[in-house]
Amino acid sequence: MAAQKYITATCSISNNQVHLNGEQVFAGNSKTVDELLLSIYQHFHFSYPKFHKMDNLSKLGWLTAELLLKDFNEQNYHAEQVGTVLANANASLDMDLRYYDSLKDVPSPSLFVYTLPNIVAGEICIRHNFKGENAFFVQPSFDADFIHRQVSYLLDKNILQACICGWIDVLGQEYTAKLFLVEKIKKENAAEFSVEKIKSPL
Amino acid sequence: MIINNPGVIPDVYIVADNILSPIGKTTNENLQSLKQNISAVKHHTDLDITPDPIAAALFEPNSVNIVKNYTKFENLLISSISDVINQLPQGYLGDKTVLIVSSTKGNISLLETEKHTEALNNRMALHTSAQLVTDHFGFVNKPIIISNACISGVMAILTGMRLIQSGQYENAVVAGADVISKFVLSGFQSFQALSSTVCRPFDKERTGLNLGEGAATVVLSSRKQNDTDVKVSSGAISNDANHISGPSRTGEELGFAIKKALLDAGITAHDVDYISTHGTATNYNDEMEANAINFAGLQHVLANSLKGYYGHTLGAAGLIESIIATYAIKDGLIFPSLGYAENGVSKPINICTQLTHMPVKHVLKTASGFGGCNAAMIFSK
Repeated sequence: MAAQKYITATCSISNNQVHLNGEQVFAGNSKTVDELLLSIYQHFHFSYPKFHKMDNLSKLGWLTAELLLKDFNEQNYHAEQVGTVLANANASLDMDLRYYDSLKDVPSPSLFVYTLPNIVAGEICIRHNFKGENAFFVQPSFDADFIHRQVSYLLDKNILQACICGWIDVLGQEYTAKLFLVEKIKKENAAEFSVEKIKSPL
Repeated sequence: MIINNPGVIPDVYIVADNILSPIGKTTNENLQSLKQNISAVKHHTDLDITPDPIAAALFEPNSVNIVKNYTKFENLLISSISDVINQLPQGYLGDKTVLIVSSTKGNISLLETEKHTEALNNRMALHTSAQLVTDHFGFVNKPIIISNACISGVMAILTGMRLIQSGQYENAVVAGADVISKFVLSGFQSFQALSSTVCRPFDKERTGLNLGEGAATVVLSSRKQNDTDVKVSSGAISNDANHISGPSRTGEELGFAIKKALLDAGITAHDVDYISTHGTATNYNDEMEANAINFAGLQHVLANSLKGYYGHTLGAAGLIESIIATYAIKDGLIFPSLGYAENGVSKPINICTQLTHMPVKHVLKTASGFGGCNAAMIFSK
């Protein structure tokens, strides 16, 4: 049976800006992705030493999720009830190129482990102790209809009760992150979870 | 008439399958090799992709049919899918068919042979390959690509099952492949995860995994083709939330996925006749998996790992191993776990050591991967 599903938070990082629940909460003037990711981390006074060893895809996803989940009440759920459905176009190519470059020297396991796109989901799960289903899809561009169907299935079938879904892509100096928190609990200002809603810019 | 009743969730069957590996171009050829204890894992001393001697399951040079304009990865997918299509009546796969592709590294080897340009980035992309394969076969729907580390193959089957059960498609062609390149090999070498001999899953003397090349395809459908077609009963996925490259210490998260899959299939631990494990033969994976199997109360069930035959074929592994698992149901045949002599994990587990004939009704397939992901699926008679 179809359950009522709501978008209870949104967060995006693109064009040197961070938008949280529709409001701009950060604007930077970084020249590189590395610089931007670090400045967002510092701006919000995050303290998570593991952040610094992540690749840019994981950093981007981690930061977006960190802000997205600012008011998330983890007490409402069991660890197994929260999961992720993520997608992007370039998989882990940004890190693949860096790792391939490093082969000239000694290959590093700490770089190699990030040459899989789903590692960003792993980092988000470790940070928030989410143990539910996590899926990573590769698509030429954000397929809102597909993501909507996937997330709806997981929530309607009670496989998950809350899901972080969206798009996280980095390649060179190009990057876009756009994440949605979808829950069955209606909160203030929550919008109904719909294809149109996740298609529109945040 | 219950057909077309939207309230009825259709059963999903595997109506055609192919395994394309160094020990066979069809599922049947692979089964014949397994019956003779033939392993695809060989010692190599003169590979272009590494100066070191290694044990790996690789296609012989020139053994993969290369059609112009397609890469080795895409040709593997195309060869494997061509075989399943030939098994089906003409026109069986109509407009309500979706292609699902599973891979971890796809065309990554192009970095080693081509000049790096922006055009190459796009040529390497998994969605480019999936679209080329879709167009090659004239499938009309957008392909779905899953890249979720080493659970990709199992997750692709689960995704196909759900898309059919929810009525969006009638058929799903689920294909997976990975190629062993310098990129992939150097990474596993850097982790010191590779065994220099044929791997020994769950054995006391295990020293790591072997990498393998392969492709495999299943066609899922709500329309049974033969009485013997195996049902895809259920599946579940979990995350360890522990470490990106080291599995859970307790195995509870894979255990949770197993329990959820059993529940969704409407069976209990007592109903499972055989477990096809992930069994990579690394210390950590096998220990975690044994913990999970005990957590789910399945320690007495006959289990094996096929990694001694195929090595770890990454995005193809879940598909290859699931197909062999469905033949345990069809043929009542369970293969010995190559390389296993003495229990090397701290929890009891019932590893198959000889070719075993027995009736099999329900099979559990497990998989785990980097990023802390776990998958469990149930296939049934």
